[in-house]
Amino acid sequence: MSLPSSSSETGPIRMSLSSRFENIEMAQHLCGKLLEGWDLNEETTHWILMALREGLANAIKHGNDQDLAKRVHLEMDVKNHILLIRIRDEGTGFDPGEVVDPLAPENRFKTSGRGIFYMKTFMDEVRFSRVDGGGMEIVLTKDLAQGNQKEGS
Amino acid sequence: MKTTVREAAGGVQIVDLKGKITIGAGDVQLRETINHLVEAGKKNILINMHDVTTIDSSGIGELVGCYTSVTNKGGKLKLLHLPPKINDVLTVTQLITVFDVYESEPEAVASFA
Repeated sequence: MSLPSSSSETGPIRMSLSSRFENIEMAQHLCGKLLEGWDLNEETTHWILMALREGLANAIKHGNDQDLAKRVHLEMDVKNHILLIRIRDEGTGFDPGEVVDPLAPENRFKTSGRGIFYMKTFMDEVRFSRVDGGGMEIVLTKDLAQGNQKEGS
Repeated sequence: MKTTVREAAGGVQIVDLKGKITIGAGDVQLRETINHLVEAGKKNILINMHDVTTIDSSGIGELVGCYTSVTNKGGKLKLLHLPPKINDVLTVTQLITVFDVYESEPEAVASFA
């Protein structure tokens, strides 16, 4: 596999989004463009974009409570073949330790609580931190040089 | 998302979904469609997922909620033509074992008898 240069040609993509779910697809489209040239199969790209979707949906719904006065700040970049997605909301934050395990039998039939699990499943690393001045930041990383996910796996 | 409901043998309600089941774009619509059928006394519901292009955790949550609603009313909710990626998403959260999934519509309809 030929690898692009150590950093994305265009530099980081930074956006400030209003708290509307409609903005998720635009961000996914741009992330897809960022991933072009990395020889990723459709499967791998799909799961990365799903993790991005979950992170943004989490920020819009649970972080900003769909308050249009609050923004979601998104940064995406590839450096040294590591994809980094940084999502920051302007909400009150949450304790990642209190997020329930969706695989636990008592949570199996809950209608929510799977977004973070999916992010952790499809990315290499997911980090949470509280931001000074309020809000929560989620950083998702994925090593694009580690090969593709098998089709159909 | 577009939803179409048709009735098959034995009164089985087949819900054809087309498009996305994602947050703010299809998740609530799915819930409302299934709730409408349940309120109308329909107990056997088959959701045809063949033309579902994307699903997220919100859509999965709605599927689970629909399953619970139908089951609590003494009915059955099953899935038809599950696309591979939706199968994967259900598998990693161990929900695939919750749903009866069929690849053949006649077989799925007959399974409600």
